[in-house]
Amino acid sequence: MNRFALAFRLPIIVWQGLFFLGPLFFMIAMSFFLVKNYRMEEAFELKNWARMLTRGYVWDSYWYTLGMASLTTAAAAMLAFPAAWVLAFRVSEGVRRWAIFLLIIPFFTSYLVRTFSWYVILAESGVINAGLGAAALGPYTMLNTPFGTVVGYLTLTLPLVVILQTVSLANIDQNLVQAARNLGCPPARALFAVTLPLAKTGLIVAALFCFILSFGDFVAPYYLGGSKPPTLPILIVDTTKSGQQWPRAAVVAVMMMTTLFAIAATAIWLAYRKRVSA
Amino acid sequence: MFLAASHISGLHTTTNRQEVAILNEQVNQTRRKVLAATGAAALSAPFVGRAWASTIEINMLAWYGHGEPDIVGAFEEANNVKFKPKYYAGGDNMLALIAQSPPGTYDVILSDGEFVQQLNAAGYIEPLDPNDYPFDDMLHDDFMKFPGHWDGDILFSMMVRFGHLGVSYNTTAISAEEAMSYKCFWKPEVKGKVGHFDWHLPSLGMMSLYNGNGAKLWDLDDAAWEAVRERTMSLRPQVGGFFDYGGTFNSLKNGEMLAMCGIGDWITGVLEKDGAPLASVIPKEGGIQWTESYCLGKGSSKADIVKTFIQYMLSPEGQVKSAQMAAYPGNCITKGGRAALVATDRAEAERTNQVDGNPMDPITLIKDGRIHYRNIPVNQTLEDWNDFWSEYKNA
Repeated sequence: MNRFALAFRLPIIVWQGLFFLGPLFFMIAMSFFLVKNYRMEEAFELKNWARMLTRGYVWDSYWYTLGMASLTTAAAAMLAFPAAWVLAFRVSEGVRRWAIFLLIIPFFTSYLVRTFSWYVILAESGVINAGLGAAALGPYTMLNTPFGTVVGYLTLTLPLVVILQTVSLANIDQNLVQAARNLGCPPARALFAVTLPLAKTGLIVAALFCFILSFGDFVAPYYLGGSKPPTLPILIVDTTKSGQQWPRAAVVAVMMMTTLFAIAATAIWLAYRKRVSA
Repeated sequence: MFLAASHISGLHTTTNRQEVAILNEQVNQTRRKVLAATGAAALSAPFVGRAWASTIEINMLAWYGHGEPDIVGAFEEANNVKFKPKYYAGGDNMLALIAQSPPGTYDVILSDGEFVQQLNAAGYIEPLDPNDYPFDDMLHDDFMKFPGHWDGDILFSMMVRFGHLGVSYNTTAISAEEAMSYKCFWKPEVKGKVGHFDWHLPSLGMMSLYNGNGAKLWDLDDAAWEAVRERTMSLRPQVGGFFDYGGTFNSLKNGEMLAMCGIGDWITGVLEKDGAPLASVIPKEGGIQWTESYCLGKGSSKADIVKTFIQYMLSPEGQVKSAQMAAYPGNCITKGGRAALVATDRAEAERTNQVDGNPMDPITLIKDGRIHYRNIPVNQTLEDWNDFWSEYKNA
């Protein structure tokens, strides 16, 4: 690496070192600290780990969070794909640009505000139940349920997943799809044998972002899920709120980071894995 | 690991009439009257040369609302100061914010009553001069030497307002008679519609009261603690969610929750004034008092103006502003404050029963022994309670 290349990379290396690796190592170290009289004291004790890993509610939260993030990822990928496919292959360049611009607009407003706006729609006296009521259905409880949590997660992630899938699909060389079709490949098979493998990297990265954002989100499970049951981010907040137990919260955070590292590494490996020819 | 809770409860016992009498003697009557008028003077006296003086910034650490214009606006204008509030939610959150900040960061700290002793033990607050405050004007003797606010004869925090927690309910779903017992939370008609304010202390305290622990609601032996946990778990099928202030507010307002455990008029009062069919009552098993008190931050260089501000908040004007606070109402603690509230906002005084002779007068409820000051667990740690709370939320 020459000096110029290093100089260009230096800012991001310094940034990541200062604001990601540094805090990460501190958080890991903090998980071994102790709290006395509401004050954290430096130590190297395994008590926090032993306590948190033997608590049933920690594992309940862990599996619930993992399950909800996985469900949201699957739902987002499937809901986004038809829209992304249409935007990539069935509309003009101009329409696609406008669509992507419109998909970016939700990010102009605070995620918390967008989440609270669902109250008007999902409440038992809200828009959906009013519509269902006109058809003599409901009311159905949607707020403070896992369904509400997923709605919140999708509010955060779905526009991003559509954008990433659209960009990924739009970059496919259409000649390859046409060649498959010309050689007699049915549309469904062309989709699974040509389009999806070619867009694989982008689709997996989109899903990965969706998982990461959902797994670490506090807002949706708290405000739309009613913290019932709590996810790991809520558990972290609960743990810090009572008794200043930042070290125990750090244990939960390390559990989350480890899970995210494992899933991200697997996803990246799948995304860039070369297909082995028969 | 934590401060011995028994020490705190011990301070309850030191609150007796003899000490109050001694305290009263310490307070100079003439001086007191002058000081009681300081709040009004702080607002009415034009600040000479204010136009040339630079504005003093007062860093405040408080629950949401205390640094907003409806509370501090007039004081800021009259004294050429500007409050820079940092808001927290819960005593632990407050302690965390102070612990992470260098001494002198916060000039004035609004603390929940039960956390003052922790603030003092950790050396986060400075002593106050009792002669600066109108102790002889208190509505109740306990307010003169509130538990944990004094260390011997040294005052560390000045109580400014309080409120009561009990049964908060939607009047279309629960009748006033039903609301007179925590039993109404188990009513089949509100299954899935009972919410919790997401803090273990008030909710578990209420379960303890429902179990008949009365004044010993925080002082639970193993058997009583187990019984409280069982009682709480039996409520879980009824629970529709766990909420912070915003979530509690919204879920009650839009009818998603029809009853709320762990709160009181400090939330429903805001909605009730807005016309929502909500109310809060102290049930027959008793209620819990939240208490808010001002402290002078350690290392603050603005002790004089902080003293003036606390005096202002204890003046009739300040007490009325506190009672009418937009974020959440709090009861007056001084006779002068109550009289001013009745004179200027009779409707709010009546809504909150702050009228002499009203059987639900919050002061009467305290005197009748139906109210218990919020405390931390005596025989368990906060972690034990929090652990159970997490289990409960996951159940």
